Amino acid sequence: MDHLTQLEQQSIFIFREAYHYFTKIAMPWSMGKDSNVLIWLARKAFYGKIPFPLLHIDTTFEFPEMYQFRDWAKEYHSIDLIVRVNEDAIARGVNYDTHDPVTVTHELKTVALQQAITEHKWQALITGIRRDEDSTRAKERYFSPRNADFEWDYKDQPPEFWNQFTSRVGPGEHIRVQPLLDWTELDIWLYIRRENIPIPGLYFSREGKRFRSLGCWPITHPVPSKARTVDDIIEELRHTKTSERAGRAQDHHERNAMQKLRAKGFM
Amino acid sequence: MPATLTKEPPAAYAATSGSPAFFPREHTHSISGPVLTQTTPAREKDRFYIVVVGHVDHGKSTFVGRLLHDTDSLPHGKIEQVKKACAAENMDFEYAFLLDALLEEQEQNITIDTTRILFNTGKRDYAIIDAPGHREFLKNMVTGAASASAAFLLIDSREGVQDQSRRHALLLSLLGVKQLIVLVNKMDLSDYSEERFNGIVTEYTAFLSTLGLQPNHFIPITARHGENIANRGDNMPWWQGPTVIEALDSFTNTAALDDKPLRLPLQDVYRWDARRIFAGRIESGRIKPGDKIVFSPGNKAATVKTIENWNGPLLESAGTGESVGITLAEQIFVERGAVASPAENIPYITQTISARIFWLGREPLRQQRTYKIRLTTQETSCIITRIERVIDSATLESISSAEGHTLQINRHEVADITIRTHKPIVFDSHDNISPLGRFVITDNQQIAGGGILLVNDADGQKNDSHLHPTTGKVDRRARESRNGHPGAVIWLTGLSGSGKSTIAAELERQLFDLGRQVYWIDGDNLRLGLNSDLGFSEEDRQENIRRAGEIARHFADAGTILIISLISPSLASRNSVRDRVDRGRFIEVFVNAPLDVCALRDPKGLYAKAKTGEIQNFTGISAPYEIPTTPELELRTDQLSVGDCVAKILDRVNAITRTGDDWVSI
Repeated sequence: MDHLTQLEQQSIFIFREAYHYFTKIAMPWSMGKDSNVLIWLARKAFYGKIPFPLLHIDTTFEFPEMYQFRDWAKEYHSIDLIVRVNEDAIARGVNYDTHDPVTVTHELKTVALQQAITEHKWQALITGIRRDEDSTRAKERYFSPRNADFEWDYKDQPPEFWNQFTSRVGPGEHIRVQPLLDWTELDIWLYIRRENIPIPGLYFSREGKRFRSLGCWPITHPVPSKARTVDDIIEELRHTKTSERAGRAQDHHERNAMQKLRAKGFM
Repeated sequence: MPATLTKEPPAAYAATSGSPAFFPREHTHSISGPVLTQTTPAREKDRFYIVVVGHVDHGKSTFVGRLLHDTDSLPHGKIEQVKKACAAENMDFEYAFLLDALLEEQEQNITIDTTRILFNTGKRDYAIIDAPGHREFLKNMVTGAASASAAFLLIDSREGVQDQSRRHALLLSLLGVKQLIVLVNKMDLSDYSEERFNGIVTEYTAFLSTLGLQPNHFIPITARHGENIANRGDNMPWWQGPTVIEALDSFTNTAALDDKPLRLPLQDVYRWDARRIFAGRIESGRIKPGDKIVFSPGNKAATVKTIENWNGPLLESAGTGESVGITLAEQIFVERGAVASPAENIPYITQTISARIFWLGREPLRQQRTYKIRLTTQETSCIITRIERVIDSATLESISSAEGHTLQINRHEVADITIRTHKPIVFDSHDNISPLGRFVITDNQQIAGGGILLVNDADGQKNDSHLHPTTGKVDRRARESRNGHPGAVIWLTGLSGSGKSTIAAELERQLFDLGRQVYWIDGDNLRLGLNSDLGFSEEDRQENIRRAGEIARHFADAGTILIISLISPSLASRNSVRDRVDRGRFIEVFVNAPLDVCALRDPKGLYAKAKTGEIQNFTGISAPYEIPTTPELELRTDQLSVGDCVAKILDRVNAITRTGDDWVSI
């Protein structure tokens, strides 16, 4: 079995375990490449049907092309979509003109996510994070518990081996299920190529630049690139020595920004 | 905060007009023509997972940092970044800091969790699971090491073999990691002494051999200076063995499970549409449409109709490691936890487990307390019936014998225990099909321990360290020689009223008249005596058959022809008896009469009671009878006379003939 198939088959196994263990479950969907790979894997795992809702945390700062993609993909994949906006924060005027990116990210993403979890009483969220994205994400498990305050106790995580996972969820707690944990950015693109998975066009080069990672437009910057096809991107990644999230301002706002964001519940 | 912010995204990234080209391939075509490469480069095909373990401060993180550096696998500017951070904190740069990305780790100077770090030697891709050695973090090490194909075990050349060097080796053996390289590190601090190196090799080799571990290599290194990692350096000219990279590249990925018999534990059954899709991952073997499979426990037979697929054609076959969904030709009820296997090679089934476990729970594991165990997708509650012994993981000696029996296992201890499960557990030996030979113990749905089953494939019995088969001075051959015939078990199975007892009585008489040593045991008689403590639940029925089988085996061993008449509805139970009796001496006779014929005969008036519900779990009415798949004989008692039936069995018994020194069935 080749490496990509190995990753795919393991991810499918994790999807099925999550669906078995948790009756109230949802999958956040950022519309980015990783979360579109997740949709693809879910449809493979469950033979076309995605047996749980998808959640779009809408910061209201998405690129217009992302909204366009969302509407198209919702129909294409027959997605049961829940869209969530932290209206309260928007009403208070939280935005990138007035607040720093760490605060805005926390308010518009993490708090909105918390509101959705509280309202829908989800026991588990299937996320698209990968170990190679960030050193704090490297510490994750396939099934990572979050306490009632959405905190992640990365220093004292339950063990996980032989494909047996923590399935305990106390009141208010939830489990982050992370089927892509072992994938790398390159794996994602190789798989997108192999399976021809729909993704937004922003990843491809225009005017000498492309987005390698997508977030809110005011704090997400394109990187110099001539990669106009998936093949080009794969070739580019084989030689790159810059990090994937280099264009994501909130990670670099202050020292250990990502760690602080994640300790408070960010994905 | 950015200096200026526009209210709208940059124009170049605003919505494009027309229909969105969301499919990458369409995108490819529309912009630069079809330049798709269909073949994936070889280096993506194989990724090798390794784990690094060893005593705290013996240099694991430094070694990994150096390995990355020497194979040019670090992201651009990473070293400079860490060096800068070190300068800011007024610390000397360490290669270990490359990995200790979290601030807390750097403060404590120990690694917190397993991380996977990728590097490439030119031969293939590797993923290092950097398992920390600090005792507190043992569960993280287990988490990492359990998925590794090979391990590096580091030993500080000055300190030599320490507690954790031994403890980690024990865990590697428990986790099934067989490929091992021992690195004797910090050679610079031992003046690059060959003698020192050889001393550690001798001492550690002796210890590892008691665990059944044979390291593939011992290599002297200095991680800090990169000696004998990718390059040799000048300080150890006496070292003629491989460098770390050379040794690593010589390993093979262990994936021989594809050639083993099929084991497909069910994860779930999906019924979104007209299909009933049985989903699960193949743990060993292969499957294809048309295959006859049996689900254990319960022995429900079925035929694979399709292997489903989404967004592509149905699969023609699937192998180990694939997460499949199959449909079946027959309508049968099976659920999560059932294990599909070929009918001719089913796994073991038991409710009593002997196991060696490691305990990671916050609370000690206590004897007589109830936990749950999970083995593949099987899950059942269980009780720890006995803690046999707690093993000192540093010396491998039993630490409980001196002060009497231990009633609990503390965190990080290793022990041999006996477990009684509530539901039957399907398993294989760990040596043969490892995923079916290991399990975890959960406490409140959290994984608190893991273990491997102690079974021996040769005889399928538990390999209990306290019990040893004893043999006398008269062996079976001597008895059979005196009797003039072999011992054997004639097992009559069939519905109540099918004619088992009638046939058995006549058969016993005729064999006796022929001068054979013969005895008949009837199922009802067993239940009135030896098995009077058992009821008719699935569990009790299995135990009933197990005991009957053990008695039958002893009779056969004593040179007697034992006739046993028992409904024995479970295929697995009968097969496990067959496995316990010597080859060729087990004659399974399927006494077959249609249910309505049996019900009409109803010699004991039981069918009438079963139909009114007065008797529950009655085979054929309210409990299943699993038809023998490979009986030595099938007798249609609605068509044959008692005499004909007996004659057929006698022929079969006489076909067990002496050839050379032993009796064989022909």
